[in-house]
Amino acid sequence: MSYLFTVSPDFTPDHLSGWYIFNTWLQRQSESAIHLEMYNDFPSQRKAIKGDEVDLIYANPFDAAMLVREKGFLPLVKAMGVSDEAIIAVNAENPVADVAHLSPGINVAVTEDPDVTMMGMIMLEAGDLHAGNIQTNVYDTYVLVAKHLLKGDADVGIFLAEAYDDLSNMIKKQLRILVRSQISVIHHSLMIGPKLIDRRDEIQALLVAMNEDDKGKDILNSLGFKAWVKVEDEEMEFMIDLMEALAT
Amino acid sequence: MIQDMKPEDIVGEYKETLLDLYGSICRVVLYTEIETPYPDGKLIVSTTDKNGVITHVNKSFIEMSGYTEEELINAPHSILRHPDMPPAAFKDLWDTVNKGEKWQGIVKNLRKDGGYYWVKATVIPNIRNGEVVSYTSVRRKPSRTRVEECIKLYPTLF
Repeated sequence: MSYLFTVSPDFTPDHLSGWYIFNTWLQRQSESAIHLEMYNDFPSQRKAIKGDEVDLIYANPFDAAMLVREKGFLPLVKAMGVSDEAIIAVNAENPVADVAHLSPGINVAVTEDPDVTMMGMIMLEAGDLHAGNIQTNVYDTYVLVAKHLLKGDADVGIFLAEAYDDLSNMIKKQLRILVRSQISVIHHSLMIGPKLIDRRDEIQALLVAMNEDDKGKDILNSLGFKAWVKVEDEEMEFMIDLMEALAT
Repeated sequence: MIQDMKPEDIVGEYKETLLDLYGSICRVVLYTEIETPYPDGKLIVSTTDKNGVITHVNKSFIEMSGYTEEELINAPHSILRHPDMPPAAFKDLWDTVNKGEKWQGIVKNLRKDGGYYWVKATVIPNIRNGEVVSYTSVRRKPSRTRVEECIKLYPTLF
């Protein structure tokens, strides 16, 4: 029997090969056939989840509630010291210095990352801005969000903080951060589905010990991580509650 | 157990009032007109048990309230109750979450130093195995327009 592993489509392109290497490692360690399927977008990944095709997922926190409460998934691990944070940025020449000074009707550039967009919208809310009084344009990558800010056809960009920090210095010099979130408790998680749930403890132990040898460390590095740490069920439930509280 | 506020903790000129928190519990509160602006990008998060007793606070909660973590854990959440907040708002909060539903509102919170800060609060019941076991409160920066509306509205609700 072969299992299906998938990664939240908001993964950093630089880490694509890392996920394939990780999947090979996971297959060897667990002695199981696991196919890695990288979906291009959230709708196609969610369709696969709804169709019960997915057995392992490195999931966006936005999807965690659906995975746990509707599909019987449980958390395995999260990347050590990594949390999802958002940045609201403008063109450096934009005179606005505070979100409170932004006006209704502005063009906001976002990606499809659901948790980042949600965090960004929460920060814009402080300026009386909401989905009903702004124009949202969705782009494939954060580099494109930055480009549209530079071209001037977007007034505000919502970025994953890590992606913003990875932009070239030349681009960053032409942008300015209005707000950077400091939420700390929203993170992606590697989760396990019903068909593999009996092997949860075994797979969790393999992952937690992954950074204990050089080979495992190298693979983690290729994903941009230092180590995996266990996610307790209650920690996941807390994050789901938090996401629900923030969703409106 | 909740203690009366102490003059030595207060920064600036203050007023004093006796606040009826719940049941037969009253608290002497000392409050000033000094506002602490809500920090950009942060969330204040806390969890209480079913009786409103604090069981968890995050770092932002500690920073904004002015209390230590030790002072907050096991204290009633009403340690933040500001005398300008109409009791009807908190009755609505409890009525809503006791039904298992989410409550949202703009709240003026009282700091240990007598100052205040405005938040947009969301309180949700934490449901485990079909039962409400606790409540999580998440506070974010409110829009100034909503705050101005509440500054006008709340005095009319007493």
